[in-house]
Amino acid sequence: MATVIIPTPLRKFTNQTARLQVEAGTVGEIIDRITLDFPELKKHLLDQQGGIRSFVNIFAGDDDIRDLQKEKTPVNNSTVISIVPAIAGGKH
Amino acid sequence: MIVVQPIPLAAIKEHSLSIFPDECCGFLFGFEQSDGTRIISKIEKVNNSKDGDKRRRFEITGRDYMLAEKFALENDFLLLGIYHSHPNHPAIPSEHDRVAAQPYFSYIIVSVMQGQIDHIRSWQLNDASQFEEEIFSPVQLNQSI
Repeated sequence: MATVIIPTPLRKFTNQTARLQVEAGTVGEIIDRITLDFPELKKHLLDQQGGIRSFVNIFAGDDDIRDLQKEKTPVNNSTVISIVPAIAGGKH
Repeated sequence: MIVVQPIPLAAIKEHSLSIFPDECCGFLFGFEQSDGTRIISKIEKVNNSKDGDKRRRFEITGRDYMLAEKFALENDFLLLGIYHSHPNHPAIPSEHDRVAAQPYFSYIIVSVMQGQIDHIRSWQLNDASQFEEEIFSPVQLNQSI
């Protein structure tokens, strides 16, 4: 099963679990699975069209899935998926 | 309340001054006490990756964020928030800060005026996605240093 690392801001929606083990063949299947198991994650990960929100980056290993096959990026038992919120700001 | 231990606090100040007049940014690591008090025991400086005007904007790459979460998990820390500086501006979050902010995180802002640390404040998003100030302390009240 692939490992999914949940960022600290979203752990209150996964019962404070930092790592999830998910049986899936692609990143898209992983997103489907974890939003089914933890419905409150959905609005933080997906936009209204069901795509991954622009403020959210998904990494498979060290690579952003936007540089791979996006949601169709394959995963295996050794894949580590990281959910990465966009971090930015500024004084005005 | 958020307590920043002396060594990480000194590092935040040093980073804010060394990058002035640009905005600096970095990660806050530590743990939470049972009463909800956050103790920041380590910080990690990170490159401001913003393309464009770094004097009023900061950005952290997804790769840097991913590495920070991994570091926290491997070292039994919690990634508790982000610090950044406001050069020649008060330590009050802007609308740009608010829109980009994450729930749960503490956002420490350092006001640097004319190359000197002026004041430091910390903020958290509430359930209505508005910033609320949290009590910021350089040391714990019952802590002897």
